[in-house]
Amino acid sequence: MAGKKKLPLSGNTAIAYAAKAADVDVISAYPITPQTTIVEKLAEFVANGELNAEVIHVESEHSALSAAVGASAAGARVFTASSSQGIALMYEIMFIASSMRLPIVMAMATRALSAPINIWNDHGDFMAASDTGWVMMMAHTNQEAHDDVILAYKIAEHPDVLLPVITAIDGYFMSHTIEPVEPIEREEALKFIPKKVTWRVLDPDNPVTMGPLGTPEWYYEFKRQQHEAMKKAREVFDEATKEFEKTFGRNYEPVEYFMMDDAEYALVAMGSVAGNVKAYIVREARKRGIKLGLIRVKLFRPFPAEEIAEVISNLKAVGVIDRALAFGSSYGGPLYGDTLSAAYIRGIDTPIVNFVAGLGGRPVTFHDIKTMVDATLALDGKTRKDVPKEPYFIGVRE
Amino acid sequence: MSTKPKIPTIWDIPREELFAPGHRMCQGCGAAILMRHITKALGKDAIIVEATGCVEVTTTVYPQTAWKHPWLHIAFENAAAGASGVEAAIKALKRKGVIPKDKKVKVVAIGGDGGTFDIGLQALSGMLERGHNVLYIVYDNEAYMNTGIQRSGATPYKAWTTTTPVGKVWRGEWRPKKDIMGIVLAHRVPYAATVNPAYITDLYMKVRKAVEIEGPTFIHAFSPCTPGWRIDPALTVTVARLAVQTGVWINYEVENGEFRVTTPVSRRKPVRDYLKLQGRFRHLTEEEIAEIQRMVDEEVERINRLVGKTVIGPVVK
Ligand SMILES: Cc1ncc(C[n+]2csc(CCOP(=O)(O)OP(=O)(O)O)c2C)c(N)n1
Ligand code: SF4
Ligand SMILES: [Mg+2]
Repeated sequence: MAGKKKLPLSGNTAIAYAAKAADVDVISAYPITPQTTIVEKLAEFVANGELNAEVIHVESEHSALSAAVGASAAGARVFTASSSQGIALMYEIMFIASSMRLPIVMAMATRALSAPINIWNDHGDFMAASDTGWVMMMAHTNQEAHDDVILAYKIAEHPDVLLPVITAIDGYFMSHTIEPVEPIEREEALKFIPKKVTWRVLDPDNPVTMGPLGTPEWYYEFKRQQHEAMKKAREVFDEATKEFEKTFGRNYEPVEYFMMDDAEYALVAMGSVAGNVKAYIVREARKRGIKLGLIRVKLFRPFPAEEIAEVISNLKAVGVIDRALAFGSSYGGPLYGDTLSAAYIRGIDTPIVNFVAGLGGRPVTFHDIKTMVDATLALDGKTRKDVPKEPYFIGVRE
Repeated sequence: MSTKPKIPTIWDIPREELFAPGHRMCQGCGAAILMRHITKALGKDAIIVEATGCVEVTTTVYPQTAWKHPWLHIAFENAAAGASGVEAAIKALKRKGVIPKDKKVKVVAIGGDGGTFDIGLQALSGMLERGHNVLYIVYDNEAYMNTGIQRSGATPYKAWTTTTPVGKVWRGEWRPKKDIMGIVLAHRVPYAATVNPAYITDLYMKVRKAVEIEGPTFIHAFSPCTPGWRIDPALTVTVARLAVQTGVWINYEVENGEFRVTTPVSRRKPVRDYLKLQGRFRHLTEEEIAEIQRMVDEEVERINRLVGKTVIGPVVK
């Protein structure tokens, strides 16, 4: 079992400690707020000889991920990190990294996308990455942010998966907020994620061609295999979290249920806002006798549709908090879209309503949560036909 | 000081082929000649990172490959960044004892002119500036050939391309070719050279040198393109040789700041001889040819000044 010593770490520092424990070989990243302090910390580790890695001071995020692809293809354990515009600039290579089945791990400190330029938190960048073929997790404590990096390598490098993984935290709310974290030491980390190259690498003694042209005769099969790998990622996530709990004593599930045992209503959320919802449930809702719970989605890709549908099927009404917008879509927020389809495909009639909140760092207050809870409760006794067709825009000036 | 190895002869070039036939490059493709001889000169201990473009699409049609080297293609603008990553990985893994310290591996990036002069310039600059031990080779066919002959920053003055067509108003490309060697040399790289597929031993020597030198090295390769330049596939090498004989292309190397012309031309042929074999210059008037001649004369003069003597002679009709 792990040592019990805790350190006061920001989310970003907690992530850097985990990358160090994972003994990454190559770090390829470009500064952007609020991610920057992750790579600053890692540079410090390397500068002090605490971590034996090559730091590539790339000239852009496009090159950061391109170099990460190159380094991973050469057999290195690779780490990168970014936010917002950096993710947008990486976009082209994100598809290539996953399609080439390279187990790169990227930490994301989520931040709003320009324009207008905004360094504060929402999930616009995270959601923009949602169809790039990466496994995606989002933490809601700094301990979880730390542990996720270790879990990420476990999943990414599994021979049945071989996909890149994003471990996200909320910019500022977590990246720059200090919490007690029990860091995993290098030795115990490397027992959990041994350095073993499980993928094909570039080697003059065993030459392979990587990144060929795929004609219509072949392309589709590559994509089908990626779909299968994503499904495998879910199985491996479950195995990995079980082993993680045995080793480190902390338990993670694809979905965290908070006060859901007797719940009649629930909010679905991701990231730091889940903390506010938890506080509201304990301090307000439950005191008023409202049987409200929280469904926090930790694993976003592959989406834990089965679990979410299952728990929703027993509820009277559900509200989904989105911290991003899918402009022009039939639903509103991306998390809502996934939740809705998970329920619809399984014939679940529970009314599910969408709240868009906290864009560009707008605080999501207790009052906002109350508004969302009230609107959810108002759907009691209704069916999905009665759900508003537009999301509620919480906390916006109309 | 420049190192002066024994000038190789054609007999020094290895017989072993590391670039397999059966690829889909056009008949008479200059880049195909280049790749064949570059891979021979590299020898087996290299990892190649290729940019999107003609060479990439024609040589790796899944499930076949023309490459006997380990070879990686990521995208169009990032061969230099990808190569930086491969090189950094090897460095880290050697230091950590995962790869034997004495294992010889040179990382080589290859890109077209579009992937190098234009969209990949930033990644190239980053790679050069950071000092990666990578040889970057640009095969310059003077346009985006893979997408159908669109102009690039490397397209020469007055050349027809599909995006600089010859019409009532336009007369082909109206801007001079970008000085990529100047840009590269501004990064103070230890070695940069130009090569031409009509001068294979010169190419062989330069690739060998660029491989041996530690740090970022660069080779700018002249690469005739039969459909793009509208030339007879039988005349690729003739056109390449004429480029040197007319002074349109100068074979040189810059080693630690020391400039050396490797293919001196005592008597130049007129540029007309080079231009007239190519359909992309078919529309040129006498005045336009004279203008191009003047531009070449000026460049030749600049090179002679750099060398400090006349290495490229006057035009002799
Ligand atoms: C980001 C991006 N933009 C555009 C393209 C389309 N594209 C592919 S190859 C190419 C031109 C390549 O030109 P060059 O580098 O000169 O190589 P060549 O084909 O001439 O050998 C273009 C425009 C692409 N693949 N990626
Ligand atoms: S289009 Fe030009 S560069 Fe491309 S393969 Fe054909 S000859 Fe070679
Ligand atoms: Mg070209």
